[in-house]
Amino acid sequence: MAASLSTEGLQQEFDRLVADDQRIEPRDWMPDDYRKTLVRQIAQHAHSEIIGMQPEGNWITRAPSLRRKAILMAKVQDEAGHGLYLYCAAETLGVDRGELIDLLHSGRQKYSSIFNYPTLTWADVGAIGWLVDGAAITNQIPLCRCSYGPYARAMVRVCKEESFHQRQGYELLYALTHGTDAQRAMAQDAVNRWWWPSLMMFGPPDTESTHTAQSMAWRIKRFSNDELRQRFVDMTVPQAEVLGVTLPDPVLRWNEDRRHYDFGECDWDELRRVVSGEGPCNRQRMEHHIAAHDEGAWVREAAAAYAAKHAAVDAAA
Amino acid sequence: MSVAAHDGIAVFTLRLADDCLVLSHRLAQWSSRAPTLEEDVALTNIALDLLGQGRSLYALAAGLDGSGRSEDEYAYGRDERQFLNCQLVEQENGDFAQTVARQLLYSTFQQHLWSALEASRDETLAAIAAKALTEVRYHVDHATRWTLRLGDGTVESHERMQAALERLWPYTAELFEDDDVVANGGVEPRLLRAAWEADIDAVLTEATLQRPEPAWAPSGGRRGIHTESFGYMLAEMQHLHRCHPGATW
Ligand SMILES: [Fe+2]
Ligand SMILES: [Fe+2]
Repeated sequence: MAASLSTEGLQQEFDRLVADDQRIEPRDWMPDDYRKTLVRQIAQHAHSEIIGMQPEGNWITRAPSLRRKAILMAKVQDEAGHGLYLYCAAETLGVDRGELIDLLHSGRQKYSSIFNYPTLTWADVGAIGWLVDGAAITNQIPLCRCSYGPYARAMVRVCKEESFHQRQGYELLYALTHGTDAQRAMAQDAVNRWWWPSLMMFGPPDTESTHTAQSMAWRIKRFSNDELRQRFVDMTVPQAEVLGVTLPDPVLRWNEDRRHYDFGECDWDELRRVVSGEGPCNRQRMEHHIAAHDEGAWVREAAAAYAAKHAAVDAAA
Repeated sequence: MSVAAHDGIAVFTLRLADDCLVLSHRLAQWSSRAPTLEEDVALTNIALDLLGQGRSLYALAAGLDGSGRSEDEYAYGRDERQFLNCQLVEQENGDFAQTVARQLLYSTFQQHLWSALEASRDETLAAIAAKALTEVRYHVDHATRWTLRLGDGTVESHERMQAALERLWPYTAELFEDDDVVANGGVEPRLLRAAWEADIDAVLTEATLQRPEPAWAPSGGRRGIHTESFGYMLAEMQHLHRCHPGATW
């Protein structure tokens, strides 16, 4: 009886903190479902950062200038760093990185479906920076005010770097659209292929989104999928005009009454297929990650053995 | 053939630039494949440092050789036979032990080289050396720590690390070869050998590893003779650039 009363008190304190826009910290009491939701979301976010290294990393060895090569290497490295911050944030909730990686490998945790599309040309690197990092920023800026402190703080660092990535991607495409005919065609083709998948990064339409309401109440999420999608379209269309590329949507146009762009419907069947494993690269992304992880096992074992050996020596000394 | 002092320093600079570019490229191939996320970040750090050093050296070489070439003309516009990097840096990544061994052997050499070049008569080269030295100290430290962990870790890691050293050791002879170019331009690598050996020996001893016996000593990188895998590396690196002659990126 006493225990349940105190749980009630704790719940009230938690609700008060959330309602006042205060941060929940790792040592604070939190409802089990809140913890589970955060672990699921932060892990999925961390996995997305590291799986996202693959499509762009695909062009590191072929980058067409040393300057672009350095930028791309640094970008892919940033994504590894984002993965690290996020795994650390998840670990404050009582899980460990190894466990989360196993859940990724067994398919019980997911990563963003956008990374299941292939990077077919150099221009894809630019399209990813501009559109995919752009969509990621739109999603993540509100997360800087997420109710869970470690996640919110990780997002502040991540967002700063993502905005660099977005500008670099835009600048890469700008060089192409102001280059040769072949470069212009390459840029347009990449934008055509990445536009719709980028819009789908915001998740299913609000009418079908299962997690939104509870996450909003917990102030993990602050805007609905459709609101964020609209915000991204409104931000991106004028940029496309400056770039000199068209966006592959025949109904895209400014709506003076709404003061927003109207745009077409995403192919939600495609999103469902890609989420369920039927995207062009799902299998190879997972195989790549599992292979690297397995091939690295002997190295991690050696590092652990060495640390244990030397901890024992140090303790004896 | 004797090499004029002016040409000597230009060729010497180009050799170092090519070492940096090629080793950077090999390290970058680890991206998203490293044993841990931390190591993915660390290997890319080293790759980025080396790429930066290489770019500074190409800019210097373009002035010294009078060609005024851009860094991209050096990197993308030359064929295999025109690259002057040593064969050690072009060796494939292999397993993680091989990558660590390559880094230990080369970065230790590079550390001594940059130290000597800090006193170069060419002020630009001396400035590049001073900046690079702070970076390469970290590379040596990183490779040393991993050599210790792998050498003194598990039975498997010890065997892999020893095998990696045996595999790469022959390619270290070339690092210390002198010729007209170095005599007239840079630092004579022969003079760095004793200090390099002392450093390597100290690390290997602490790591419970054996220094391989000197045997076969392949050579030729400094004259544009490379190993077969290098051609594939260049083909991949250069193809997009070469498909669009005159384009800017
Ligand atoms: Fe990221
Ligand atoms: Fe990013």
